[in-house]
Amino acid sequence: MTKILPLTGDHAAAESMRQINPDVVAAYPITPQTEIVMSFSQMAANGLVDTELIPVESEHSAMSACVGSSAAGARTMTATSSQGLALMWEILYVASGLRLPIVMHTVNRALSAPINIHGDHSDGMGARDSGWIQIYCENGQEVYEMGLMAIRLAEHSDILLPVMVCQDGFITSHAIEGVSILEDADVKKYVGSYVPKDPLLDISHPVTYGPIDLQDYYFEHRYQQAEAMRTAKKKLPEIFAEFNKFSGKKYDFIEKYKMDDAEVAVLALSSTCGTTRYVVDEMREKGIKVGMIKLTVFRPFPMEEIAAACKNLKALAVLDRADSCAAQGGPVFNDVCTANYTLLDKKIPTLNYIYGLGGRDIDEAQIRNIINETVEAAKTGKVKKLINYSGVRI
Amino acid sequence: MELKNSREIPIGGKITKAGNAEEYNTGDWRTFKPVIDHGKCTNCLFCWMYCPDSSILVKDGKVTDVDYKHCKGCGICAEVCPRKCIKMEKG
Repeated sequence: MTKILPLTGDHAAAESMRQINPDVVAAYPITPQTEIVMSFSQMAANGLVDTELIPVESEHSAMSACVGSSAAGARTMTATSSQGLALMWEILYVASGLRLPIVMHTVNRALSAPINIHGDHSDGMGARDSGWIQIYCENGQEVYEMGLMAIRLAEHSDILLPVMVCQDGFITSHAIEGVSILEDADVKKYVGSYVPKDPLLDISHPVTYGPIDLQDYYFEHRYQQAEAMRTAKKKLPEIFAEFNKFSGKKYDFIEKYKMDDAEVAVLALSSTCGTTRYVVDEMREKGIKVGMIKLTVFRPFPMEEIAAACKNLKALAVLDRADSCAAQGGPVFNDVCTANYTLLDKKIPTLNYIYGLGGRDIDEAQIRNIINETVEAAKTGKVKKLINYSGVRI
Repeated sequence: MELKNSREIPIGGKITKAGNAEEYNTGDWRTFKPVIDHGKCTNCLFCWMYCPDSSILVKDGKVTDVDYKHCKGCGICAEVCPRKCIKMEKG
């Protein structure tokens, strides 16, 4: 039995945390993640969870406390945004390097300077090499469900990596939608009890976390970590299948929308996919063979799945809500191009569109224009301009 | 010491065996080693008290030897010896 509750993305995240009932949550509130911490603190104060809630003085401390509690053997969760994620930086690498299965809701927001509190992917994309699994959610429903699935993924004995469940700041985090919630007892059974590996509190098996690791072994430990991410790629279909059996909901690395006969496509992440789907429908009515690829799992990067989805395309547009300032396009564009170049025989004209920075709206007109330019590239087989900016006054 | 591969070691750089620092041969770092003249030594145990690596071996209140597997050759024992019966020699 499920019930539908009117929840914001933040409250959907808090609701999944309530049902998971983690042992420890150490978090610091930051816009637009604040309501997750606020809501979960109320749940803890009202005795709805048994969680030890650690209010800390900064995000550096939040992630440090999470590392300590996870190493101690506690199921540990947290949440952050933007500058908070930036302040966690060095500890993000400690969490993944020590192979601690911490689950963090990340409400994506622009980075300073100039200061801005609205949604873009600069924070999450900046952490893409931190060794965390990254999942980008389209709406509150996905935030809730991925929040549950992330526990199974992070704690899988062959993976043991931290997971970020990302949602768009304000657009998803503060918009109320109907979110279908599973039964508490069913979720409890699904996430199961946590059996930590080498917990510090198991005093009959003493273990040291974080000793210095020099030229003789550091490389082997980093290889293990990279291998764990490749294992996550291999095991994710099992995690999706298990969740499907539990909830009936189907997830995959990518979602293909009207891709079967598509000649051009837009590849995007998170809430932008809702708008894109709407414009794809509208242009399909005009006879334009356009589809959409929604990239849900960004780390591990689903190279094969993306190349397979793109193989019959005549042109592709890749949308980036972050600019890597590399003078050569956004992070998603670069990864997608690597996948298609490496795995496909033919070259697909691919355009990059950087959009929506600092929470600027991406509307139907922008996506319509992007699709039109992609159709043009499909016709001519040529990319007029590789790196494009949508919605900025140049 | 034969180095292990990535599949043979605990994940995350953890040390899962307590007290295994003893297996680390820090004596490898040494340039000079302390040599005790047991004829002159009065077993005052100053060297034993000051040694930062617990490398002065004592039995029944008497200095017996130096644990050269762990002695890093810092020379503190030779410095504090009131009888000046510890010499630092190459090796």
